[in-house]
Amino acid sequence: MRLVGRRLRCVRGGREVFSDLDFSVLSGEALAVTGRNGAGKTSLLRLIAGLLVPAAGQVAVEGGSDELTTAEQAHYLGHRDALKPALSVRENLSFWRDFLGGARGDTLPALADVGLDHIAHLPAAYLSAGQRRRLSMARLLAVRRPIWLLDEPTSALDAAGQALFARLMDDHLRLGGLIVAATHAPLGIAVRDLRIGGPA
Amino acid sequence: MTALTALIRRDLHVALRVGGGALIGVLFFLTVVVLMPFAVGPDLALLKRLGPAILWLGALLASLLTLDRLFTADHDDGSLDLIVMSRTPLELACAAKALAHWLAAGVPLIVATPVLGLLLNLDGAATLAVALTLLAGTPALTLTGMIGAALAVTMHRGGLLLAVLVLPLSIPVLIFGVAASNAAISGADAFGAPFSILCALSLASLVIGPVAAAASLRHGLD
Amino acid sequence: MTLIDLANPTRFLSLTAKVLPWLAGATAVLLIVGLYQSAMAPDDYQQGATVKIMFIHVPNAWLAMFVWGIMSVAALGTLVWRHPLADVAAKAAAPIGAAFTFLALVTGSLWGRPMWGTYWEWDARLTSVLILFLMYLGLMALWRAVEDPSRAARAAAILTLVGAINLPIIKFSVDWWNTLHQPASVMRMGGSSLDRAFLVPLLVMAIAFSLLFITLHLAAMRNEILRRRIRTLQMMQAGRPTV
Repeated sequence: MRLVGRRLRCVRGGREVFSDLDFSVLSGEALAVTGRNGAGKTSLLRLIAGLLVPAAGQVAVEGGSDELTTAEQAHYLGHRDALKPALSVRENLSFWRDFLGGARGDTLPALADVGLDHIAHLPAAYLSAGQRRRLSMARLLAVRRPIWLLDEPTSALDAAGQALFARLMDDHLRLGGLIVAATHAPLGIAVRDLRIGGPA
Repeated sequence: MTALTALIRRDLHVALRVGGGALIGVLFFLTVVVLMPFAVGPDLALLKRLGPAILWLGALLASLLTLDRLFTADHDDGSLDLIVMSRTPLELACAAKALAHWLAAGVPLIVATPVLGLLLNLDGAATLAVALTLLAGTPALTLTGMIGAALAVTMHRGGLLLAVLVLPLSIPVLIFGVAASNAAISGADAFGAPFSILCALSLASLVIGPVAAAASLRHGLD
Repeated sequence: MTLIDLANPTRFLSLTAKVLPWLAGATAVLLIVGLYQSAMAPDDYQQGATVKIMFIHVPNAWLAMFVWGIMSVAALGTLVWRHPLADVAAKAAAPIGAAFTFLALVTGSLWGRPMWGTYWEWDARLTSVLILFLMYLGLMALWRAVEDPSRAARAAAILTLVGAINLPIIKFSVDWWNTLHQPASVMRMGGSSLDRAFLVPLLVMAIAFSLLFITLHLAAMRNEILRRRIRTLQMMQAGRPTV
């Protein structure tokens, strides 16, 4: 499958963020969106996720499901972790698995993959920033979606966490998934660059 | 269906655990009712006459105040993005959140009514009438208030502004809620007519509320 | 909004610049004629000269509701067609509608003073107008609460439409509540049985006030467009890279 954006134009708060932006990502490919602050990296991801409406142009998935929108075939990992501090690690994950329509079953394997299985019963309030990020990553594993939209995915992670995430992304690409990531730092996998908003 | 039950369960858990706001609503309700005798005097006959009105006003304010964070909490932690993106229609997700909120914050108000009726010198039948009208009318309050709660996401603030926007919309519910209670207590007017209209208002807001809230959320994200 | 999007509002600006003086003139003429006819209208045999407040009160009350209707149409324009002029029309109409509603309240209570002996009676009609006034103020508060005009427009559009659905329900509820508490309303007009001597000045005044609304609304829309241009220019200046 292929994720394409054609002649995208984004206007936010009366200000044009970018215009005439084209991109295309194939299965098994990762696109790293780079650019200076305010160039519209987050806006581009949110456009693809359907959370912002483009002022012009369109985003389409070719060769995916006909019945689902782009957003419904995508995972969005934003700055905020979408966790409820009052719920336990396991409850947080199983809520998103059920809500996003993942296969029923134990959530422990996904938690084990991100190294959180030993604290599955603790409230999410006790987690560090890095652990919260890992728990968000577990959401991507608990529900299979071909498109991963990642906004600064490795920002809160230590070296071990970054290596772990690189391995997860690599697995996802090998299974035919595709990734669009907004990032400043290298992701640790083979990527194609998309620079927006002129020179940094 | 799994998605909606999961959402309802999550919202209930969050509301009822430490840090959740469900029981603060009841506490607020209690405080407002306790304040009333200080304002109008401890005249039991007068309090009895004003009882249904006081209980309804208290319930109205309590349900409005607890609605404040219905969507902004999900917006602040990023959950709202995922809810908007999901395959579940946003209108249904909004209705599910409203149901969860009503179960966590509305039902306790109704359960507390008999105790507060005692303080206001209402007899058993009168208390039952008020509780019954609250049962029929509080869903409408939650569902109209939800529109304001969804607008609060766009406004980046809730609180007073939300109250200013939503309170005029809840006037019909207040009118028919109090009228039905009074009719049941005094027996002078028919109870059936205002009570049916109250139920109709709840049903109508079951349609308007989620649709308007979902539209507001779709247009309000950035 | 960039300069390309202003092309359409630009046409609007040049068009209204031509139309506005004529509209203002027609409004002034009709207002003078209407006021003169109102002054010349005979006194009511029951209410005396106070009946003449009607010639101001009724057009204001009519416009109070009409402006909400205009805003609802504009709200549809905002949500369905995402037309920038619809945002501008809705925003410009709200304070004018609030002003007409306020005038309807003031004249209504002045009219009621000799009838009821108080300036305020919880009369069904006046109470509904008061609630409408509160909703106008809430809407204006919403416009002021959101900095980004297009986001504010969409939020206000949803509230306007919800209000449009709710207003008849509120009106019905208040009427019902009123009959429950006080059976007879003092302020009752004959409707179709209104005498010709009253009807003609009332119609003239209604048309004059409607023209007044259109004039004020177009002028306010022009101001709003210019205000947005200034905002756009300021943002472009802020967005320009520092040398």
